[in-house]
Amino acid sequence: MPVRETGSVKEWQRRTGRESLFHWVLWLIGIAIFAYCWQRISESTTWFFVWDAPRIANDIWTRATPPRWEYITQLGKPIWDTLNIATLGTIFALILAVPVAFLAARNTTPSAYLIRPIALLIIVSTRSINSLIWALLLIAIIGPGVFAGVIAIAIRSIGFCAKLLYEAIEEIDTTQVEAITATGASRWQVMAYGIVPQILPAFAGIAVFRWDINIRESTVLGLVGAGGIGLQLSSSLNVLAWPQVSLILLVILAAVVISEWVSAKVRGAII
Amino acid sequence: MLRLDKLVKTYKTGDQALKAVELEVPEGQVLALIGPSGAGKSTLIRCINRLVEPTSGKVQLGDVELTTLSSSGLRRERRRIGMIFQEYALVERLTVMENVLSGRLGYVGFWRSFLRRFPQSDVDEAFRLLDRVGLAHMADKRADELSGGQRQRVGICRALIQNPALLLVDEPTASLDPKTSRQIMRLICELCKERGLAAIINIHDVALAQMFVQRVIGLRFGAVVYDGPPDGLTPDKLTEIYGEEDWEATIEAIGDDEDEEVAAQ
Repeated sequence: MPVRETGSVKEWQRRTGRESLFHWVLWLIGIAIFAYCWQRISESTTWFFVWDAPRIANDIWTRATPPRWEYITQLGKPIWDTLNIATLGTIFALILAVPVAFLAARNTTPSAYLIRPIALLIIVSTRSINSLIWALLLIAIIGPGVFAGVIAIAIRSIGFCAKLLYEAIEEIDTTQVEAITATGASRWQVMAYGIVPQILPAFAGIAVFRWDINIRESTVLGLVGAGGIGLQLSSSLNVLAWPQVSLILLVILAAVVISEWVSAKVRGAII
Repeated sequence: MLRLDKLVKTYKTGDQALKAVELEVPEGQVLALIGPSGAGKSTLIRCINRLVEPTSGKVQLGDVELTTLSSSGLRRERRRIGMIFQEYALVERLTVMENVLSGRLGYVGFWRSFLRRFPQSDVDEAFRLLDRVGLAHMADKRADELSGGQRQRVGICRALIQNPALLLVDEPTASLDPKTSRQIMRLICELCKERGLAAIINIHDVALAQMFVQRVIGLRFGAVVYDGPPDGLTPDKLTEIYGEEDWEATIEAIGDDEDEEVAAQ
């Protein structure tokens, strides 16, 4: 009992004696597991490389600075490609995600036993595979280039957007839908008047959020040949041109900061 | 005009919300439906426009039997039944005008409604109604900018622009303060009188109901236990509807209120 009476005073504790003992045993087990794991990792680590790391890092730092500023003339086109991959990919993803979300949401799906599981499967399967892997697959299918990157980003984003959107659809206020239904509106009118206005802010938020993520993801797609600035990054890394690498990283950083700023502005404007 | 015949609703959980309810509402009559929470008031009015599907029984509106209608037939009949909700149920992110015009959705095709190209006659009627409830200057405001009383007025306009024969009103005053409650009830009853509309009003506030309607139906455990004029609601009758309680105060309050009303006029 958390409450114990000693004389006239009622003492209160958060846990009973038994509960707190159990609690301590749990902590003990947790710490033991942590210590064991630490030991195993340390056994399989070549500590020489780790102790050497600061020196190597310092070495790379001195090679990489200052960045090769004049190289920037060759980065305009790739960073533009990267932005396009992210933007087009997001737009395609949204176009495909909207119907999937309506089919997946419990309150709008035409059939909870047949169609909803299919929609959920689409969401899970597109979400669970990284865009880099989609890009590898697509390069094999449609050849290297920007288009493969756009499709990879689009496929990867469908599940993400559809999942957030269908959750928004399931959370709508049903009395508003009821009220529109009661006027004698058709199924599509109920959707346009009762549901869409309620999920529009969520939709806009999801769109800019995903666009923001996609800019970051599309910077690495070039590593596998799917266009964009990653292509320059991988070729610079291959020839150990560290000053170029550092400049590319700076450009990526700038692009990401700008996209964060834009999406924050847009989200602020909507809500 | 409206006839409910042995209307039964049994929910999937096995709860019998309505037990063979019989009710007849003549043209132009405004009646109040009272009863404790869970007595089946909301279920009853939702069974009429089939927002809740009745389990068995008949709902006859004019000479149309509603319970057997196909979905398109039901949509056509729903246009004749306006509904007003407890929490207003306006589409919050649409403007007042869009909310009012949404009452015409049953008469307008999808693309016209989607592009907000309603017939001019509908727009005229919307302005007329907004003017009637005193909100003409609010037409461009978003619904979530309005106060509770104003929202409920928009809800009333949305129901009336359907040009209905029957009004279903679900707890119109439950979220409003006492003064606004009276104003809203008065407005609903006035509008019903002007248009010769029949109305079924679900209401918790017995005193308020007695003040405005001609007929009261008492519902308890899904069955009608009182059907009569408002002044026939004696403490015994209220006990039968709601259960044991000291009802003298409620009934006295009504007397006082009526005096006040007279004094105010």
